[in-house]
Amino acid sequence: MVTAVPWLRWIVLVPAAGFLFQVTAGRRWRGAVAVVGPGVVLAALALAVAAARQLDALGPGAALVDRCYTWLDAGGFRADAALRFDALAMVMTLVVTGVGFLIHVYSLGYMHDDPDFARFFAYLNLFVTAMLILVLADDLALLFVGWEGVGLCSYLLIGFWYAKEENAIAGKKAFLVNRVGDAGFLLGLFLLARTTGTLAVDGIAAHLPALRAATLGGWPVPLLAALCLLAGATGKSAQLPLYVWLPDAMAGPTPVSALIHAATMVTAGVYMMARLHALFALAPAALAAVAAIGAATAFFAATIAFAQTDIKKVLAYSTISQLGYMFLGVGVGAAGAAIFHVVTHAFFKALLFLGAGSVIHALGGEQDMRRMGGLRQKLPLTFSTMAVATLAIAGVPPFAGFFSKDAILWAALGGAHPAPAAALLGYVTAGMTAFYMGRLLFLTFFGTCRAAPEAQHHVHEAPATMALPLVVLAVLSAVGGFLPVPRVLEPVLGNAGPEAPLGLDVLGAALGLGGLALAWVFYVAQPELPARARAALGGVATLVAEKFRVDELYDRLVVGPIFALAGLAARGIDPLIDGLATSPAVLTRATSSTWRRLQTGNVQHYAFSFLAGALALVGWYVLRR
Amino acid sequence: MSPLVFLVVAALTVVAALTVVLHRNPVHSALGLVATMCLLAVLFLGLDAQLIGFLQVIVYAGAIVVLFLFVIMLLNLEREPRGLGPSVVVGAATTGAAGLAVLIVRGLTGGAPPADTTVEADFGGVAAVAERLFTAYLLPFELTSLLLLVAVVGAVAIAKRRPS
Amino acid sequence: MTGTTPLSWYLVLSALLFAIGTVGVLVRRNLIVIFMAIELLLNAVNLTFVAFARARGAVDGQVIVFFVITVAAAEAAVGLAIILALFRLRGTTNADEVATLRW
Repeated sequence: MVTAVPWLRWIVLVPAAGFLFQVTAGRRWRGAVAVVGPGVVLAALALAVAAARQLDALGPGAALVDRCYTWLDAGGFRADAALRFDALAMVMTLVVTGVGFLIHVYSLGYMHDDPDFARFFAYLNLFVTAMLILVLADDLALLFVGWEGVGLCSYLLIGFWYAKEENAIAGKKAFLVNRVGDAGFLLGLFLLARTTGTLAVDGIAAHLPALRAATLGGWPVPLLAALCLLAGATGKSAQLPLYVWLPDAMAGPTPVSALIHAATMVTAGVYMMARLHALFALAPAALAAVAAIGAATAFFAATIAFAQTDIKKVLAYSTISQLGYMFLGVGVGAAGAAIFHVVTHAFFKALLFLGAGSVIHALGGEQDMRRMGGLRQKLPLTFSTMAVATLAIAGVPPFAGFFSKDAILWAALGGAHPAPAAALLGYVTAGMTAFYMGRLLFLTFFGTCRAAPEAQHHVHEAPATMALPLVVLAVLSAVGGFLPVPRVLEPVLGNAGPEAPLGLDVLGAALGLGGLALAWVFYVAQPELPARARAALGGVATLVAEKFRVDELYDRLVVGPIFALAGLAARGIDPLIDGLATSPAVLTRATSSTWRRLQTGNVQHYAFSFLAGALALVGWYVLRR
Repeated sequence: MSPLVFLVVAALTVVAALTVVLHRNPVHSALGLVATMCLLAVLFLGLDAQLIGFLQVIVYAGAIVVLFLFVIMLLNLEREPRGLGPSVVVGAATTGAAGLAVLIVRGLTGGAPPADTTVEADFGGVAAVAERLFTAYLLPFELTSLLLLVAVVGAVAIAKRRPS
Repeated sequence: MTGTTPLSWYLVLSALLFAIGTVGVLVRRNLIVIFMAIELLLNAVNLTFVAFARARGAVDGQVIVFFVITVAAAEAAVGLAIILALFRLRGTTNADEVATLRW
């Protein structure tokens, strides 16, 4: 049942107020920024908790709704600016505000010496606002506003240190690749609105029978709409083929990578598909596509992560891979498991990024793992928290990742829409994930320190503002698997299905431990093995190291032609239009420069024109008759 | 006047006019102008315009041309090395002027010739002209006197030597 | 009709004088001579008026000539004053050399 709750809007408005404060007064009051920045997110978290308790009191299947105002009302189509707090929104909101708050606190320490401190928190607050609009939107049109908003903030924050050109280029790349997906998203929205006349969540739910029967040009509408929406999700959640922006996005500050490109924004695609799972259920082919893309991306990204040397790039490809798992979950009809993985992934991936940030901070900016090592003793807190996160992502019980990843893989095998091939790929990838994450951990913290001498000299553990979030996230990564997320989401996303058989659980755990053990062998016990393996694989190893040259391929196929077209327009069309615009002036100047030569200043010349005029007039008068 | 007399006077007038226009010494041009004025006065007398004829000689030849001569002397102008402009200009001007003349004649003589009018003996005398002048043309008369005043003041103001 | 010379003869003479005056204005370089040519134009017109006055038997034509003469006098005075001032400024009365108000 739906209850009207007028104070829901404050969950969104409080961070927005924080943004406004940062933008106006923040530049002069650095101290105030440090309080207001994280403070508004904490306030939003508190409000979310209060809303969650009210929701819980109402029983399963309830929803809190806040209709703020009528936004669009034109020609039969109507979109309200309305917020909906149901089980799904609750989970997402708590993750966004909770993890968001921890990352805000972390940023106090990490960005402490940055002159653009206020601008950073302004963008962070703006991002939280947009993300909350996205997850709380009751109408797909409003969701799209949040969607675009987070895209904007992503661009702003990736290129935060814009003085360095490659950061700005990375921001542009993220925005443009997302735009490609957004085009698909919009087409899907148009299709839905055209068929059902509404974009409200409950409105679409009510029109499901009409949607089931509708066709467009011979194709069933649900399939077309779902595929279009899938395109949008692919862009935002960095799946094949639109994943290329995420590794480049690592150019932004590490807290940004943690918040936006791991925990929250990139999960927006998964959230959107979960929200519309009923629509996707009408098009099994689309679901199969989702699962296929998810599994393929998960495997593909994992292979690339094997050879990356930048610590943040490894985590970026890891994120792409884990997002693939979430897509797989949605694609096999286990949206609840997918959202569960969103939650656990938020915990351990944010922790991994923040920990990496701590390492980078400690080494004075070094990000190459080949120049790390042996930091176990010098950064004990960072090491222990990152170890917890590594175990979680590897899927080792009882840590968080084990439960959510297993739920997805079990659903892929025996759920509503099984996809055995995808499941197999998923298990293989799980082993690979454990291996490359182990590689990351061991290269960074074990062995001898290969860092430059003066960097080694300055190594110090993270300050309290950075350490505290690490600890909290470590705890969550450890016990977060026991959160009953799929069960909570049942009223919205459907039955979670039976528990996985013990055999598969053991397989999952074994793959995780096995991968870690193998990484230990390669990178701690016998460090000469990686080089031998690379030599043995030869060309394949090079291809993997160059991330399969996908960026170069896109450059040739897409970017090159577009630039050529733009050049054509600039050289061919622009002068034409400019010419048209300046033609009155040019014409005037040409004619006037000719005509003004009549003004010779010589009186007799003027007298001549008198004569000519007189001849004409008299002649006409006389010869008329 | 009889046609023969007219033709003689007319021929002399044309020669005098050509002198004005063609002679290179400005003083000779001025003398040519005097001759033209006087010959025209003769023509006026032949047309029963006695007052006008005398006024022509007194005012035009006697005052205006004298003024011209004063200025020529003041400026100490000399015989010009080449009086006319380039021959292209001369050719064009002559053609244009000739064309204009032809058109004028065509225009003025187009209609039926006026009937043979006889005029009273007093026609063209002082009384007759004055009678018209002070009745129908009184306003222009008064305005003309104003014009003369303006001209006098203006000429003096323009030609005055500026205190340096 | 005047004696036995037809009106048209007077008109032809007048047109001829007008043409000569026009050529003078257009062709001579000395400003003063140009001025004299202008006086020639005025006189040609005077002749036309007087001829018509006699032909129509109306004195009005002569009254107009009266005014023409007066105005010509005023105009000559002012014009020559200008030429004088110009000569003081430029040291020349050549029409080609005072063509400074140009493009």
